[in-house]
Amino acid sequence: MTKVVFIEHDGTEHEVDAENGTNLMEAATKHLVPGIDADCGGACACATCMIYVPEEWAAKLPAKEDMEETMLDFCDHSKENSRLACQIEVTDALEGIRVSMPASQH
Amino acid sequence: MSDHVVIVGAGHAAGQAAASLRQEGYEGAITMIGNEPYIPYQRPPLSKKFLAGEIGIDRVYFKPPEFYEKENITVKLGTRVTEIDRKTKTVHTDQGETLTYSKLLLTTGSRVRELNLPGFDLEGVFYLRNVGDVEGIQSYFNKGGKCVIVGGGYIGLEVAAVAAKHGIDVTVLEMAPMVMARVVDPIVSRFYERVHKEEGVKILTGAAVSGFEGKNGQLTKVTCADGTAHEADFVVVGVGILPNVELAVEANLEVENGIAVDECCRTSDPDIYAAGDCTNHPNPLLGERLRLESVHNALEQAKTAAAAICGKEKPYAQIPWFWSDQYDLKLQIVGLSAGYDQAVVRGNPDEGRSFAVFYLKEGRLIAVDAINRAPEFMMSKQLIAKGVSIPAEKLRDENINMKEMAAFAI
Ligand SMILES: Cc1cc2nc3c(=O)[nH]c(=O)nc-3n(C[C@H](O)[C@H](O)[C@H](O)COP(=O)(O)OP(=O)(O)OC[C@H]3O[C@@H](n4cnc5c(N)ncnc54)[C@H](O)[C@@H]3O)c2cc1C
Ligand code: FES
Repeated sequence: MTKVVFIEHDGTEHEVDAENGTNLMEAATKHLVPGIDADCGGACACATCMIYVPEEWAAKLPAKEDMEETMLDFCDHSKENSRLACQIEVTDALEGIRVSMPASQH
Repeated sequence: MSDHVVIVGAGHAAGQAAASLRQEGYEGAITMIGNEPYIPYQRPPLSKKFLAGEIGIDRVYFKPPEFYEKENITVKLGTRVTEIDRKTKTVHTDQGETLTYSKLLLTTGSRVRELNLPGFDLEGVFYLRNVGDVEGIQSYFNKGGKCVIVGGGYIGLEVAAVAAKHGIDVTVLEMAPMVMARVVDPIVSRFYERVHKEEGVKILTGAAVSGFEGKNGQLTKVTCADGTAHEADFVVVGVGILPNVELAVEANLEVENGIAVDECCRTSDPDIYAAGDCTNHPNPLLGERLRLESVHNALEQAKTAAAAICGKEKPYAQIPWFWSDQYDLKLQIVGLSAGYDQAVVRGNPDEGRSFAVFYLKEGRLIAVDAINRAPEFMMSKQLIAKGVSIPAEKLRDENINMKEMAAFAI
């Protein structure tokens, strides 16, 4: 289990115990954290699981694959530090990570 | 009478509708009735990661079990609704219960079209719609051997890809002259035929299956109308689906190729709504009525229906989209290509595994098939919704970044 904090757009924080081997999108939906839609269920096909990752954490995450990178490139609320939560596997290295969500995934 | 929303079916649309009802502020009772033994789960993984054994059922659930408890949603599983009585506003179940509703939502989905050919009841003949079907197919995966897939649509080809990865000898029999013929241009069909061949899967087109033969009740071969036979330890049939409309028909609701609803998911009875695969609905952006078989459609209609039940109008007006995963190919489709008069190719379908096909009708962009091409998919989503025309020579030109494509819109 790895502690992950999801922060809604309005600042509401949700601290969850994420299961290693699953991904951050699943960690959020499993714990009923609002703000991540995940329409495609983690297939990297919908880009409705976007999160923002603070700089100090960005480097610790696995690099983006092409598909993720290009999907993000075309999202409305995308920023430099955006990631698709379904593409980030939960590992010990993420202990204590804090990520936030956009106002809307659509 | 107190508020009670009864949801018939417990699939993707049902799960989303229940969640959306609470988000819209509905505080009354919600009962969801599904005939499968599971809480709502996602079907796409059934022909992808779940079939491959990469993820378990707990990772396929649409929402975790705790969700229904927390949101105070009563879920009755393994229970079939057998009748709707519109006069008394009740539904009857095969468990002998009668429930009174204030609003009823039908999310009965669809079922596989069956091939009632000789030998259809042999051991080893499978369809793929439910978790139970996957368990049956997987029991053969472990044994190796030979598999025949009947039908070269998305689901058949996805199963072929997973089976091939399990070291199974796979043959796909498609009746049409091409795979995926119903929905994509021949350029895309030929591309998929090439990739499957590269991965060791045999695809035979123009093959009309006439029956199944077996020994001691176990399938051994699949026969075709032209007299050929294909040895098989198991067969997976994927020849389309039929919407589950019988309840609606018997209740005298308007049904035409799906339960007829308006853009707010209302049926011909003001207290009955419907969403997902089972509906026939208007698409104001496309100006036609549609019956769709996709997650996006199920989710969006469910949100619309939930809003309508709460007295809010949130019409469903979106461009359809869909995806399919086979091997390392991610196909993303947006729009409906039916009626196109020009297919414009960006990239090279004859080499490698990344290109896109734009479908134009009288110059207007109406659909895109993007294979490992997220930019083409994402940009086209916006362009198609705007109903614009883009010159073919621009779409084709890989020196033009997809982001700049909007500048050429007419
Ligand atoms: C193998 C497979 C792969 C797929 N892949 C993709 C994909 O990659 N992308 C995509 O967008 N879509 C895909 N789809 C399609 C997608 O899963 C469906 O469009 C979606 O599940 C529709 O949701 P629904 O809630 O309308 O219907 P369903 O998911 O069919 O749910 C309806 C439920 O209601 C139950 N029911 C019916 N009648 C009754 C009754 N009288 N009483 C009680 N219960 C009843 C049914 O048994 C079923 O459980 C796939 C489908 C399959 C089968
Ligand atoms: S859930 Fe669809 S891209 Fe992450």
